[in-house]
Amino acid sequence: MPKRVETLVLHDSATPVLGDTQKGGSVLVTSVETLINQARANSLWPLTFGLACCAIEMMSTVASRFDLARFGSEAFRATPRQADVMIIAGRLSKKMAPVLRQIYDQMPEPKWVISMGACASTGGVYNNYAIVQGADQIVPVDVYVPGCPPSPDALIYGVLKLQEKIKRSQAHSFTDLRLFEGLTGPRSLEKVEG
Amino acid sequence: MSGILDSIAKPIIAGLGITLRRLKHRKVTVMYPEQKREQYPRTRWRHVLKRYENGLEKCIGCSLCAGACPARCIYVESAENTDEARYSAGERYAVRYEINMTRCIFCGYCQDACPTGAIVLEKDFELADYKREDFIYTKEMLLEATPQPARSAS
Repeated sequence: MPKRVETLVLHDSATPVLGDTQKGGSVLVTSVETLINQARANSLWPLTFGLACCAIEMMSTVASRFDLARFGSEAFRATPRQADVMIIAGRLSKKMAPVLRQIYDQMPEPKWVISMGACASTGGVYNNYAIVQGADQIVPVDVYVPGCPPSPDALIYGVLKLQEKIKRSQAHSFTDLRLFEGLTGPRSLEKVEG
Repeated sequence: MSGILDSIAKPIIAGLGITLRRLKHRKVTVMYPEQKREQYPRTRWRHVLKRYENGLEKCIGCSLCAGACPARCIYVESAENTDEARYSAGERYAVRYEINMTRCIFCGYCQDACPTGAIVLEKDFELADYKREDFIYTKEMLLEATPQPARSAS
């Protein structure tokens, strides 16, 4: 018989949450997180963030032949406030980097980043003064999709990899569930890397 | 009343008419994870290091691929073949052969430059991964399987 969580207090991440100290995790977190992960993984709304030619393939991915809508990602949002996943499609110039960061910061938690193509992932052929050598220097990247540009199937494969990652993700505390960003604060960079 | 009919009802009917007409068309969607579309004959994706039929590696460690690569994503370190340890048909072989898959632009210049046809870009496009360290493909990952254990030495 699992212990019932009597009261639920919202904490900052430093304070242990009720239920965390229980052996085997808390009732609230373990039973709810599977449901939440499924919901999140199957309705990833990407942000329209085409930076270069990769964006053409990204558009093609949403079109009828490849149809990203089959995985719940058809709703490309033009505003970061409504997006879950940022697909960095194209080379990221140093001038664009602060804009990318700002848009990333404006996205509500939980958020993920797919780095699409060689240029976004490492700079590709553009090893020069103007291009950021890897978007992960600016934002934490969850999935890298190689290719120049990746074909729509390859991008869909990347989205599927991200879905797998979301479904596998485990919340160790209430804060990890990232239900209320305003109350729990944004997730730290270290957590993303680990 | 007729204004409403003209400005709202008629366009809706006309629009739905297009939907109806499209229903009898062929379905174009490729149901990707279950069913893969046929790749074009000259599609270039993941690299494979080839072997001869007798199991020897075709790569002779000449670094011409690395020289031809516009993204500078190939690293080759070569060593001499000896009679005890013979890996390739030529004098030298590649001890280390690494390709940074995230930097590679799949242009196929390496394939063009290769004098022995050792490196071939094949059709496996499912390369996405979580960590950028995992994208350094080593020689072991790139080399195709031995046809049969032909290498007598080692």
